[in-house]
Amino acid sequence: MLGSIYAMIGVALTLSIGVLKFLNFSIPGLFMIGGMMTWLLIRHGVPWPVAAAGALLVGALCSLVVERFTWRWMRTAPEFVPLVSSMAFLILFENLAVAYWGSELQSVPQLFGSSDWRIGNLVISIPQLFGLLCSAVLIWALSLLLTRTQLGRGLRTIAEDSNIALLLGVNVNRIVPLVFVISGLFAALAGVLFALNYRQVHPFMGEALGLKGISAMVVGGMGNIWGAIVGGLIIGLAEAFSIRYFGADFVDISVYGLLLLILIVRPTGLFGGATAGTRA
Amino acid sequence: MSGYIEGVLVLLAINVVYAYAAYLPVAAGQLNLGIAGFAAIGGYSSAYISNTFGMPPLLSIAVGGLVAGLIGLAVAVPVLRTRGIYLALATFALGEIVRASILNLEVVGGAAGYPVMAFIRFPTVALVALGVTILVWLLFATRFGIAITAVHDDERVADLMGLDVRAFQVAAFTIGSAIAGIGGGLYAHHFSYVEAQYFSISLSISIVLYVLFGGTQSVVGPLLGAIVFTLLPELLRGSAQWRYVLFAAILIVVMVVRPQGLITGAQIRRLLGLRSKEQAA
Repeated sequence: MLGSIYAMIGVALTLSIGVLKFLNFSIPGLFMIGGMMTWLLIRHGVPWPVAAAGALLVGALCSLVVERFTWRWMRTAPEFVPLVSSMAFLILFENLAVAYWGSELQSVPQLFGSSDWRIGNLVISIPQLFGLLCSAVLIWALSLLLTRTQLGRGLRTIAEDSNIALLLGVNVNRIVPLVFVISGLFAALAGVLFALNYRQVHPFMGEALGLKGISAMVVGGMGNIWGAIVGGLIIGLAEAFSIRYFGADFVDISVYGLLLLILIVRPTGLFGGATAGTRA
Repeated sequence: MSGYIEGVLVLLAINVVYAYAAYLPVAAGQLNLGIAGFAAIGGYSSAYISNTFGMPPLLSIAVGGLVAGLIGLAVAVPVLRTRGIYLALATFALGEIVRASILNLEVVGGAAGYPVMAFIRFPTVALVALGVTILVWLLFATRFGIAITAVHDDERVADLMGLDVRAFQVAAFTIGSAIAGIGGGLYAHHFSYVEAQYFSISLSISIVLYVLFGGTQSVVGPLLGAIVFTLLPELLRGSAQWRYVLFAAILIVVMVVRPQGLITGAQIRRLLGLRSKEQAA
């Protein structure tokens, strides 16, 4: 299940890399915002579907702010600059959250009673199943959007060359914010699902969990949506196996070890095309 | 000197060392997001050496720097085949691996942290930081510095001019890692205690931010960035979180207004009354 969280964060990251060639470090921050807002709204007695929608809205809005400061006003800046600004946004979001809500682990109340399905020895939790289905449908919708619609064609043109896209009449200034909104929504949704399933949120969850989305993205191949999903599942499995065989302390070593290994052996990822390497 | 001011100055000195560690690869067009990892390697190995063999702190710190440099070299050679964002990601992964490995190394205390017997005072820390600064400044006054700048500005042209681009990138990365190791060693020996949690990704990110804030075009930039971001929060005196909030907000705004960083090479030449060649022509 954690694998599907990583996959969704990976999709958010890969969208930004694939279209804008920009590693958006604020996405783990948006993931945290999604989780924390869900907790906050539920604590104030808001029913959970409304809380989830509110968290998604806040995540998308924050992503739009990030867009202004990392993309819109920075297009002519050296290539490091958007990356740096997005890191600054991660620090900003985390510490704002600490300043307002403290750095403790907050728990989200149990919402769904005992909602496990038991089939023989197999225990399936309904919220987890729902989350998994939800993310699969959304990712499928995203891939349809990218391949079938006018908007998707515009996006792919920008991915090839944003100047030429501009010349061809693609409204870059309208489409790029949309990329940020979509990736913000995916990151925040991952946060919401995490909050509802694991019922624990804290301001640094982006660093602890969200950054693993980067591994998911790289393992699957940057810029490739389906790659990010497979990558997320691989990272989830790698975690489960290393907990099983080496103990919980080795989780980070195996996940980031896998990332380093892939980067050295096959930087384009398992499913990256040949072009991904030239796009860095 | 009061204890408080001394404490701030020690942090400043260590941050300056870290900033130069991040500056070297950035000057060669590479982003190292694993500075904290190399600092951890240097800090822990120097602490281990001085605890186990009773070596004098300065010597242990130098050895720690050497170890970090060697590991940097071992990583740079395979990883620098890739470029741009891939290198940044690989160094990020490396930093996290180092941190997670130390958490599991019982020899150096694991998650409980590792006490260091030897102790160095502020003047020693400051002198080492000054030494590192002078060394980097001298390095950038030589052909090496010019070559690094050429590699940064245009790899292809540098290659055509007969520079071994990769060798210079590997060298810059390795020296940077060694300097990070020295910074970690200073930290360990001054505070008499190291723990893995200190060397987190946040530390790496903050250090890179100092450098980009100060400006990457001249050797003054990292110094300026480290000074501003060590002293400014102390002057503002907010709670720790608001300091970070402010730090991030200032950085985001500066990047919009002045993406090349606070200070550039051309500015320095103007200040010194030197005319740059472009202007003379």
